[in-house]
Amino acid sequence: MTMIDTDVLADPGLPPGPGDALLEVSDLEVSFPSEDGRVSAVRGISYQVAPGEVLGIVGESGSGKSVSSLAVMGLLPPSAKISGSIRLRGQELLGLSDTELSRIRGRKIAMVFQDPLSALTPVYTVGDQIAEALLVHGGRSITAKAAAKRAVELLDLVGIPNAVDRVKAFPHEFSGGMRQRAVIAMAIANDPDLIIADEPTTALDVTVQAQVLEVLKTAQEVTGAGIVLITHDLGVVAGTADRVVVMYAGKAVETGTVDEIFAAPRMPYTLGLLGSIPRLDIGRGQPLVPIEGQPPSLVALPPGCPFGPRCPLHVDACDQAEPELLVAPGPTGDHRAACIRTAVLADAEAQGGVLAAEVFDAHVVESPVVDAVPRTDREVVLGVNELVKHYPVRAGGIFRRTVGTVRAVDGVTFDVRAGETLGLVGESGCGKSTTILEILGLEPPMGGTVQVLGSDTAALSKADRKRIRRDMQIVFQDPMASLDPRLPVRDLIAEPLEVQGFSKQHIAERVPELMRLVGLRSEQINRYPGEFSGGQRQRICIARALALEPKVLVLDEPVSALDVSIQAGVLNLLDELKARLGLAYLFVAHDLSVVRHIADRVAVMYLGKIVEIGAVDEMFAAPQHPYTQALLSAIPVPDPEVERRRERILLQGDMPSPANPPSGCRFRTRCPLFLTLDADRQARCIGEEPPRAAAQPAQRGMSVVDHEAACHWARIKTVV
Amino acid sequence: MTTTDVGAGTHVPSGGGAPVEVPLGTPTNETEGITRGRLVLRRFLRNRLALVGLLTLVLLYALSLLSPLFAPWAYNEYDYTAFLQPPSPSHWFGTSQIGEDVFAQTMRGLQKSLTIGLLTGLISIIIASLVGASAGYFGGWVDRGLMWVVDLLLVLPSFLIIAVISPALRGSSWILFVLLLGVFAWMITARILRGMTMTLREREFVKAAKFMGAPSSLIIRRHILPNMASLMIIDVTITVGATILLETGLSYFGFGVQPPDVSLGTLIRDGSNAAVTTPWLFLFAGGLLVISVLAVNFVGDGLRDALDPNSRGGRRRSKSGRKTKKVPTS
Repeated sequence: MTMIDTDVLADPGLPPGPGDALLEVSDLEVSFPSEDGRVSAVRGISYQVAPGEVLGIVGESGSGKSVSSLAVMGLLPPSAKISGSIRLRGQELLGLSDTELSRIRGRKIAMVFQDPLSALTPVYTVGDQIAEALLVHGGRSITAKAAAKRAVELLDLVGIPNAVDRVKAFPHEFSGGMRQRAVIAMAIANDPDLIIADEPTTALDVTVQAQVLEVLKTAQEVTGAGIVLITHDLGVVAGTADRVVVMYAGKAVETGTVDEIFAAPRMPYTLGLLGSIPRLDIGRGQPLVPIEGQPPSLVALPPGCPFGPRCPLHVDACDQAEPELLVAPGPTGDHRAACIRTAVLADAEAQGGVLAAEVFDAHVVESPVVDAVPRTDREVVLGVNELVKHYPVRAGGIFRRTVGTVRAVDGVTFDVRAGETLGLVGESGCGKSTTILEILGLEPPMGGTVQVLGSDTAALSKADRKRIRRDMQIVFQDPMASLDPRLPVRDLIAEPLEVQGFSKQHIAERVPELMRLVGLRSEQINRYPGEFSGGQRQRICIARALALEPKVLVLDEPVSALDVSIQAGVLNLLDELKARLGLAYLFVAHDLSVVRHIADRVAVMYLGKIVEIGAVDEMFAAPQHPYTQALLSAIPVPDPEVERRRERILLQGDMPSPANPPSGCRFRTRCPLFLTLDADRQARCIGEEPPRAAAQPAQRGMSVVDHEAACHWARIKTVV
Repeated sequence: MTTTDVGAGTHVPSGGGAPVEVPLGTPTNETEGITRGRLVLRRFLRNRLALVGLLTLVLLYALSLLSPLFAPWAYNEYDYTAFLQPPSPSHWFGTSQIGEDVFAQTMRGLQKSLTIGLLTGLISIIIASLVGASAGYFGGWVDRGLMWVVDLLLVLPSFLIIAVISPALRGSSWILFVLLLGVFAWMITARILRGMTMTLREREFVKAAKFMGAPSSLIIRRHILPNMASLMIIDVTITVGATILLETGLSYFGFGVQPPDVSLGTLIRDGSNAAVTTPWLFLFAGGLLVISVLAVNFVGDGLRDALDPNSRGGRRRSKSGRKTKKVPTS
């Protein structure tokens, strides 16, 4: 078990003085030509990075955070117009030729991109690519042999097991997390002064994200470099960064140390962002703050504060001129916010209460009446018993013989009762999507049974199936992909009604009704989905799913493709609909904090099996399976103080292939608990598959109502 | 096409974010939902160039069909008093070497060529979309069987086959000839459509439709085909032009349209030898061919824009000083 104090790098003191700044960006402006006019992607941003400092740049998509860092790297397309100044150790980078920049890129500044697969060339081995980074900048001082040796050392440093062999592997043979490690190895190969990491963990699973962030810290310790961490995830920033820049509409709207920003945000946008994230450590009682509206178009910005139209504290004076980034009252004097109403926020805070919820007028959705009925008395709307789905692995050209099976889902049991939400959680590849596709397919399963509202799917006629489809609908992850781009909203929402044979009259009445229900305006009825924002598209999907008045709604990661401020609105809508319509949700997600906010019960899946299931409060308070504990501890909490106190359980390696799962307990290969057991106990883990058994009570003497874990040696460990 | 709606419509910021401002006065502020068919029609009617194209096609057709009613000569009549005369009040487009009236002949040829071109385009796209979409959507044996047929037809030299068969058709209806042309024009399109269907089949909106209980035929009609419409329309416009020329080639070798009947192709072929000295022999036929192919292209473009929500052509043009209003989301 590796436990690393998250605070290892939080470098106390050392506010960056102007003299010792490693990177100094001032008044940087970037604009691009577009069909509609010039897009001012970055409109005058200034920041400094001191050596050894981690600067987090936070913002929603389109806020200009990536563009500003690409400008530092000199990687913007020639059509971009850049002005201002970028100085690295006093040397001006703007205006340097590409050849001169190439000497700096890679040697003094390194970059880690979001998608590790496209950052590595698929036709060269990982070792060759790292060695190349060394050779290009090393000139004649380093031989190919020495470079290859150094590549092995670097891979070892970033924690790739068995680096001597793995150095000869190609990128596609690496998992996502390992690829990102290799990219980090490449980035630190030349001991850079500055590492720019652009959403380095966004494409990765949470447990892998925790590993990669750890590697990034190690990399920083080894090289002593300053890091610019660009991300939309405030949790990651809270745990990693020393100072934070919040960007909105191409400008920094608030800067300061991480503690100041999170404890006392002085710009309503930051406040809203912080309030819009569901938190792992608070749960249902937390009202989520939706920020109304959308970021402004950067083509022709009206005068005044760009956040004005979405701001609850908006007054007429806000529209006069764009507010400057001024010093906000605080202990360090380094906290700056671009808002003329910072004083109002400070006053409101002094009076106490949950500031974000008050300012943005957010409320907790009332629990539905169904909750009053005990769970066991409610109807089972979806029952899954020992569901199995195996895919054959075939080889050979003509005869296609079967050489193995991928055990995607291997005996999954759970039930969803009327009016409740079951969160199905797991990392990618654990079989959660296969499970819901099997359920929604309504075909006889390969093994086990699926019961929808009391009917077994194994014995359904075609007519039955069509009837049951009314009661069970799905909302997919990506609202863009799940809406036919060529159908107007009216036809999209009417589709299920038409399929089920409702009259034209009924459809004409029902569609506007549904649009109102999900908060869309009725004059948007003849638009195409491309004209809507992500949050609105997801609302269309929800309206479509609700058209037939289903009893169960399957939600396949419905908010993971959305920006946080928009995500809050959709989550609130789902909460509200559930309370109003008495729906049952099967909520598939990888983000446990979202699940904590919305679900009544949680099931954690690992390699095609459910390892722990139970009521949400019990499970988060007293997780018993080591995997659940690791998963919970890997999720960052957007609060730097909490983050520093938390212990992180880092899992080793990646999930094994479901084609060849480990014997006995499937989690044992990565299990931190397994390593601490003696040989006899380990033998049981290897030989015997743990059954799902009622969990121990959280406190001695309490009775456990609804909590099961599949671990031989389950023990409680509080990690939130 | 000609619109420059700055700040209007939707602006999608880089990074795939949300569109930003939706103008208040876009197409309509009606709250009445209308189906896709009517919406597409409305968008099509808004496209001026497409309307011009459609009108041109209709006019050309009407002209060629109605010309025997008012033209002084028929296409198979000979004026033995006027050989190779330039355009005049009695012979509007002049006469040929053997005294045929070029106007009457051009009209007859236009009618033949347009019918052959349009019908072949239509037949080939119908077969191609049926075969391609079913092969791609159902996969398995359906796919293998249909693709086998496609490959078989592809390896057969279509020109030779048509050449061999068409003498046997001599005397029978020319519709059979059109069918023959159509049967050999769809294979490559079908293969492309099959590939596109296979990617569309995996898209989530198709899955969503399946989970709603929509039958396969409806999914193909409603989701698969409209999403391939751009390619299908381009393909038809190309096929129309190509078929008119292919027919010319066939006629040249003595198959297809035979004298005394004429097509635009045969007219151009015969007239182009003396293009410099007696330009009227081929100029009118050539000009009409260009106009009709252009018209088909315009109609195709308009249809494509009307079906494609991302195109600018189908949107209403922006008016100056239109109010925009932020749309509250989420």
